[in-house]
Formats: sequence, C-alpha cells, structure tokens
Amino acid sequence: MNVMPSETGQIVWRHRNVIDLDNWTKEDLYFLLDQARHMENVMDRPIKKVPVLRGKMCVNLFFENSTRTRVSFELAEKMLSADVVNWSVTGSSFAKGETMRDTAWTLEAMGADIVVMRHGSVGAAQYLASKLKRAIVLNAGDGTHAHPTQALLDLYTAWKHLGDLNGKRIALVGDVLHSRVARSDVIAFKTIGCDVVLSGPPTMMPRDVEALGCRYEKDPRKAVEGADMVYLLRIQKERQQDGLFPSVDEYHKWWGADNKLMSYAKPDALVMHPGPINRGVEIASEIADGHQSVILEQVRSGVAIRMALLYLCGGGVR
Amino acid sequence: MAKLKEKAQLMSAQDLKRVIRRIANEIVERNKGTEKMILVGIHRRGVYLARRIQKIIEEVEGVKIPCGELDITLYRDDLTTLFEQPMVHSTRMPQDISGQNLYLIDDVLYTGRTVRAALEALVDLGRSSQVQLAVIIDRGHRELPIHADICGKYVPTSSDEVIEVKVSEIDGKDEVVICERDA
Repeated sequence: MNVMPSETGQIVWRHRNVIDLDNWTKEDLYFLLDQARHMENVMDRPIKKVPVLRGKMCVNLFFENSTRTRVSFELAEKMLSADVVNWSVTGSSFAKGETMRDTAWTLEAMGADIVVMRHGSVGAAQYLASKLKRAIVLNAGDGTHAHPTQALLDLYTAWKHLGDLNGKRIALVGDVLHSRVARSDVIAFKTIGCDVVLSGPPTMMPRDVEALGCRYEKDPRKAVEGADMVYLLRIQKERQQDGLFPSVDEYHKWWGADNKLMSYAKPDALVMHPGPINRGVEIASEIADGHQSVILEQVRSGVAIRMALLYLCGGGVR
Repeated sequence: MAKLKEKAQLMSAQDLKRVIRRIANEIVERNKGTEKMILVGIHRRGVYLARRIQKIIEEVEGVKIPCGELDITLYRDDLTTLFEQPMVHSTRMPQDISGQNLYLIDDVLYTGRTVRAALEALVDLGRSSQVQLAVIIDRGHRELPIHADICGKYVPTSSDEVIEVKVSEIDGKDEVVICERDA
C-alpha cells in the first residue's frame, strides 16, 4: 500500500465526476484500489448489500449497447442500496430528437443523484456533467475518448496479482487507435508507474504514440518480451471492411495471443482482456482459458471498483 | 476541525491495562466460559482493544477466542450530511457468526450511533445468538436507546470535551485523556 490512511480516517476525495483519468494522481489511484478491496469483501457476504447509498438515485443512461458495463454498474449500485433506473436510448425521448442538454435537465428534475453514461461521441460525458447542477457523472465510455472504469478495474486486477505496480511491464496489443479502453489504460498504468509497450497493425496505431509516453513495437513478440501483463484489445470485425487488416485469420496469425506469443512474456505473466473476447482473433482459446488468464476476475473487479467509485463520488452532500 | 487541547489524564497505561483485564474477565464471566464466544473490535481502536482482550483470555483460560474486526463506515447514518466520504476499512470475521455470542468492543461510548451502525452491520453478516457491548469509557450524551453491558469507567463529560483512548499500536502509547475543543 502506497497510501496510508490518515489519522482521522478522513480523506479528501477531490474527484466529483469521473470523466477521464488524466487528472488523477498515483495517490488517487492507490486510494481507490484500497477502497475497492473492502467493497469486494461485501460481495463475498451472505447478504451482498450495504446501506451506504440508500435513498440515492442512479440513472444508467446508455446511448450505446453495452450489457456488461451496464450490468456491472447496476450490480454495484444495488449492492450499495441505491435506487436504479436504466434509461436506454431505444424508445426514449432522445430518439424523438431531445437534445442532451434537455435530457440532463430532465434527469435532474426527476431527482437523479448519479448519472452513469455511455455515449458514442467524444466529450459527451464532459458535456453532460457541465449541464448538471447537482447530479454527478460517471463516464461509462465516450466515443474513442475514455473508459475510466474499465482502466480502473484493469489496474485493480493487476494490482491484486502483481502488488506494487511501479516498474512493471505491460504490453497492450490490438486496435489502439479506435480504443477508449487502450487510451484510459495507458493513462492509468503510466500514472501508477508501469512501463507500457503498444503493439498491433500500424494501421491501428495513433500517429503520436510517443505523446502517450509509450513505445510502439510492430512485432508483438518484442512487445511482450519480459512483460508482467499482456493486455489484448478487442478487434471489431467491421474494421476489416475498413481495410485496417487483411483478414481475421491474418490478424490472429500476427497479433493474436497464443502459447507461442506468450512464451516471450514472463512465465507467469497475466493475460487480460476487456471482453467480450473474440476467440481465434485477438486471443486463442488456449490462452483465454489458460492458467494465466484473469479475464473473469476482471469482471468481478469491475463490480468492486464501481462500488468504490459510486461510494467516493456519489455519497455525501454536494 | 477545531484543535484539541489536552485537559487531564483519566487513565495511565497501567490503569488502562487493569481495566482491559477486568473487562476480559467480565466477558468470560458473563459468557459462563469461553464457549461460542467471538470478540468483535470496532475500527479502529476497538480492533486493538479486542486483540488485547483475546490475549488476556488466552492467558487465563488457555483458549484462543476468535477475534473479528468490524468497520461501520458503510452503515453510518450521517453519510448524507458529511461533505467528504470517510475511508472504508476492512471487515473480517474469523468464522460464521450465526448462533455465536458476540462481544462488541469499542473505546468510547458516546451518542450510541456507532453501536447502532455496528448492530446493523452484524445483522447483515449472520444471525448471532446474542450481542453484548464492552467499552473502555462511557461518556454519556446518548442519542439512542443503547447501553454498555460492560464498561471500564463512566465519565460525565460536557459536549465540548473529547475523550481519547490511546493505544500504542496507533498512538505510540497507552492512556486515556480528556481534551477540550479549542474555540
């Protein structure tokens, strides 16, 4: 633990909204990880519920389909005893042409305290937060910009296995260009002191990899060499039609994780993936189901980390 | 937060040691032995006090009583009135508490709200046979119908005063002092 509890047990949690992780310090990250550990403890109890957000209303506003993230948030909200409203875009007034500003005001008029939003446009979460006077916003993914809770749950999972993350080597393989997960993960793992190497087809790399503070290796074997953790990004098969890679088989042959590729990493290197996995594309079944894979643990971590965020940002007087 | 000015020492390290020993003995007496007994310390100082009681009972009775720790943060009734969220600590029970006699240990009993939260937290962990409360200091000013079954010392206080039970594990030394809020 790098952050010691203060004498009074009080900390100053300065993040009201969680839009992106670029303004988070290493101390913020470690503090959240520690709090998530206690939240995970609640998940193991016979009664998986604590009354901490009783009377608070959470609205899960999803403009893009994402069953996993929504269910994970919903579970976290329910375990903290919040009231949960799921607002999906199909059939909503948004489809009838309501602007997001009006949606924000409507949510607030209904008494929402916490809004969890997934949206296809970069900056949507920031915009929503700027229009809300009272309620807070947790970004569940905005376009290709950020997916902070995914990065935090990845960090939590890695921390539980690797301990102090300072100086640990992380290889991130796949479509970095279109991935908000990659962007948030790079920020989170870099802030906490990891060395991050990116790999994948050059057509799927941002132009300024160095600006992210990372090294790019076209050859994934070089990228995973000596890695403590290998993170595989989901390949959207539609990208093939955009001509970013020749075929699914070709992608798998070059950048897919199999036993051969993993033999370049450290012997007990962790394998992570944000899910849902494409077997035989970015990951072979032998790896997805192998002993190094912590993919299902990531799912569990997601609930714990979201509970910790909801508690720290969503409770109290604002 | 207003600064605290130390007014007087209520217990020396030696006094505190005697009180803890008496509480340990009373717990065993009330429980009519060490059967089905679990000590539960409330974070943070109650945890260390419970461990000391565990050690004394082990010395006297030759039995190591299971000892758990309870964090009540997520059960507080004042969370919506606080500006900053308090930090969550660990809750660990050495075994299933169903059917067991629980002895809740805390340093100071004041409004009774911490104990109320602790009782709610314990209900969520299982159906214990009974719960009893042991504290080092009862300083009065209860806001809820809660009382201590075992009490080290009753100290009438004014609401401007603060009682600090110090334990060496956290504070570097053992003692009990009464402080006043510096206006």
